[in-house]
Order: sequence, then C-alpha cells, then structure tokens
Amino acid sequence: MATTEKMTLNMGPQHPSTHGVLRLVLELDGEVITKITPDIGYLHRGVEKLSEYRTYHQVLPLTDRLDYLAPMHNNLGYILAVEKLLDIQVPERAQTIRIIMAELTRLESHLVWIACHALDIGAMTVFIYAFREREVVMETYELISGARMTSNFFRAGGLSQDVPPEFEKKVRDFVDSMPGFLDQYEGLLTTNPIWLKRTVGNGIISAEDAIDMGITGPALRGSGVDWDLRRDNPYSGYEGYQFQIPVGENCDTFDRYKVRLVEMREACKIITQALDRLKPGPVLADCPQVCYPPKESVYNSIEGLIHHFKIASEGYPVPEGEVYQGVENPKGELGYYIVSDGSSKPYRMRIRPPSFVNLQAIEKMAKGSMIADLVAVIGTLDIVLGEIDR
Amino acid sequence: MAENNRAVVKLKEKFASSIIEVVEFRGEVTVTIKKQDLLAVLGFLKQSLQYNLLTDVTAIDYLGKKEERFMMVYQLYSIPNKDRLRIKAAVSEEECRIESATQVWATANWLEREVYDLFGITFDNHPDLRRILMTPDWEGYPLRKDYPLQGPGREPYKGRLS
Repeated sequence: MATTEKMTLNMGPQHPSTHGVLRLVLELDGEVITKITPDIGYLHRGVEKLSEYRTYHQVLPLTDRLDYLAPMHNNLGYILAVEKLLDIQVPERAQTIRIIMAELTRLESHLVWIACHALDIGAMTVFIYAFREREVVMETYELISGARMTSNFFRAGGLSQDVPPEFEKKVRDFVDSMPGFLDQYEGLLTTNPIWLKRTVGNGIISAEDAIDMGITGPALRGSGVDWDLRRDNPYSGYEGYQFQIPVGENCDTFDRYKVRLVEMREACKIITQALDRLKPGPVLADCPQVCYPPKESVYNSIEGLIHHFKIASEGYPVPEGEVYQGVENPKGELGYYIVSDGSSKPYRMRIRPPSFVNLQAIEKMAKGSMIADLVAVIGTLDIVLGEIDR
Repeated sequence: MAENNRAVVKLKEKFASSIIEVVEFRGEVTVTIKKQDLLAVLGFLKQSLQYNLLTDVTAIDYLGKKEERFMMVYQLYSIPNKDRLRIKAAVSEEECRIESATQVWATANWLEREVYDLFGITFDNHPDLRRILMTPDWEGYPLRKDYPLQGPGREPYKGRLS
C-alpha cells in the first residue's frame, strides 16, 4: 500500500504567475490543494499614512502608483472624492475627456490582464498581440500628460491641461481598430480546446459566496451579479452613455474571461460616444480657491503668480466632513474614503482596494483543484499587488 | 433628509436606544451606534434591509480630538437597492476591542486584520487575527496618529514645504 503525506509548498514571492510579490503557502494532497494561505505585505509603502502629511494636491501623485495598470482610475476616484468634499462642478469637456481616458485605461488594464492570463495558461501569441495594442494607449498617455504610466492628468475641478488637437484622431483610430483585435484574441482563445479545458469549470464561486466575500467588478459579474457602478451609481456623467453590462452564468474562469472581453468592446463604444460629443470649452472649473490659474497668467501677471504660489505652498482648505466615493476600476470597486477636519490636508484617507478584497476569495475559489488550476484562478482575478499592499 | 432615509427610519424603530447620531453630508448617511449593538445592527441591515455587500471596514484615530479615541467605520452597500450606508462605532483606547463582523460577512476577515495590524484594535471572535501587511514581529501600529511617519527612532517628518 502506498502511503500519502501532506506537503507544504511555497508558491512565490517570486513566482511568475503570482503577478508580483505574492506568496501563497499551499498545503497539498498529491496535486490537489487542500489549503491556501496568502502572505501579502511585501510592497507596503504606507500611502494612507503619507497622505495625512500632504496637501490634497500633493496626494494625487501617490494615488496613480497604487494600481499601475489603471492609474487614471485611481486618480479619478480620489479626485471625485475631493470634489465631493469641496462641492464643485466640473466643466462638461473635462468630464467627457475623463470618461475617454477612464475607458482607455480600462482597455489598457484588460489588455495586460488578457496578455498575462493567456501567458500563464500557455498562449504566447496573445501576450505579444495585447502588448502591441497597449502601446497605443501608452502613447496617448504620453501625448496628453508627458508620462507613459503615472499620468497625474486629473485635477480637482477638471484636468491639468487641455488635450492636443491630434488626440481625437489617435483615439478614434484606436477604438475603431480595437474590435478587430479583440476578434483576433477570441479566435486564438475562445474555441481553443486547451483554453477551454483549463478555464471551463475552474475556480467556481457562486453569486451568494461572491457577494459574501465582497468581490466586485468583472469577477462578481462573472458570477452572474448584474451590478456596475458606472450604471448604478453614475459619476462623471456616465448616466448619459449607452452601454451593456455583461454578466456570466457559470461563475467559472471562462465566464470571467468572457465578461472582460465584452467589457472591452463596450469600452470602445463608450469612447466613440464620448468623442462624438466632445465640444470645445474650458477644462477647469471656475473656482480660484482650488484650481491653479492658467500658465500664461502665472508667467505674465503678479496676481497669477501669487495665486499659483498660494495653492502650491498652502494647498486649499476643504470643508469639514467625510465622504466615500467608489469608482468602477477595471478590477472592481475602488473606493476613497476621506475624513476632512477643515484643513488643507486629509485627516484620514482610506483606500478601498478591489484587488485586496478579491484576493481574499482565492481560497474559496481554488480549494480542491489542482496546482495548475490555481494559476488560472490567480490570472482571472486580475490582481495588482501594488494596490493590495498600498 | 437623513430622517427620511429608509434604513434610518427602520433603525430608529428597532434600535432606538443604540443610535447615538445620524448625520447626512453630501448625500451620504452616517449612523453612529454604540459598539455593543454592532453585530445586531449589521445583522439586521443585512437580513432585513438588503445591505448585502460590506464594501469596507476601516478605522479613524481621533487622538486628543474626541473622548473615545478610535472610530470604526463600516461602509455598506445594497446591490438590489443601489444605495450606501455608513455605520460607525466608537472604540476607546482603554478597551480597545470590538466584536468581529466576520460573523455577518466573510469580507470582514482581511479588512479587520488590516485594522488590527495598522491601528491595534482587537476583534473578538475573529477566526484568524494576525498581522497582514506588516511583519509578525513589527512593533507599534503605523496608522495611529502618535506613530511617527518615518517610523520609531527617527527625526520627525517636517513636511516638504515647512
């Protein structure tokens, strides 16, 4: 008679399929996982603590470093929370550009997700293709903000500057060609027997369990819960756009893959609608206490210089109170909870990271399956460790 | 406005004695309750009022500003009704513990571990209360207001602009 013995295996912190410094302590019975203990915290930078020592304006560059695949969404959530505290209105052009950039960011994040997810399971071509498309989004970032990743493009009250004239054509060309690229990926994966064997029926989590575990975003919609903050608690004018919310039926890895692919197609539609209604106009609210003056006024007038210096050195006071603002990040609900004591620095800023909460469900999703399936489950959760550890 | 909120009306009927304060700010309703009734209130909100998603659990340190030092904050969301509610409960420094919400939502597990790790608030009946972001042998609780920004034993941070 063969005797069996339980085995403990460390997966990570430098395992390629954990997408960052994540360590999973696996207890194995043969190849079957009996227990998963995630160990996180390797990247903890204390962003929440740092925010308490900076003015509201200075916090912004910290936020886009959390989720480096969706920097604009992180900026957007923070800026919307600050605007809610200040109670200021954003001009329409700024709102429309925000939506274009947010949806481009969603495309970018999902492109990296499909690239890495496919590579984890063994499909290399998709990886190269998706990074080719992502490059266009990176170029758009560079075009509008000068940076390819940490854009810092949004400001309380609007945008840091207007977009250049060539922006519109570049984005329109990209979203027009994107559905064709998505067909390419689907042609490589959706009916591929190896892909189906690795994803269908793997990592199942029911809708009740998913809600109980607090999962949000595409991972929740893959379990059949029809809920999207863009439609249900709209922000930045999302209520004026037509788009579908895809939901899954079988709650498995394949459904989450399908949901994200449909989301990418819908993001293209939203961007097209936004481009159609993009009208000339101001991109910063008329709110001199909060918004920086235009650069020509800073360079050419003493009032403008004083105004700029005052906001840069002291920041702006924010009314006392507390707000929570959630946005539909590509990974799920990203929330900023800011407590203000009336000064120019946040008294407490809490970031509700979607990846952190989603990762918690990994044990429920992967327990009882093979080690090789765990790789597919991690991939389908689309975690970013920078956001988990903050 | 806050008085007309569906949840606030029901909570006032059922838990009149445990509600300390109801505030509405920028359209968001915050209900402060006594900490011994936390589980009853959260359970009631989940079962009867369809606040089925626990979005976030966090804490605030009001060092020297309020009588009771810590404030626990629970952000609830109702997927069927699409509305939010914030529940708060004060925790004093002397008795730095509160019942764990894991008995109502599984989500609370890691979120409470994070609060324990960074604020030092203990959660009773939590299944697995360990540090999560800091190493197990870490001393102090980094998000407390009396914990220096650059860690213990260093010059205090003066700010980039002062």
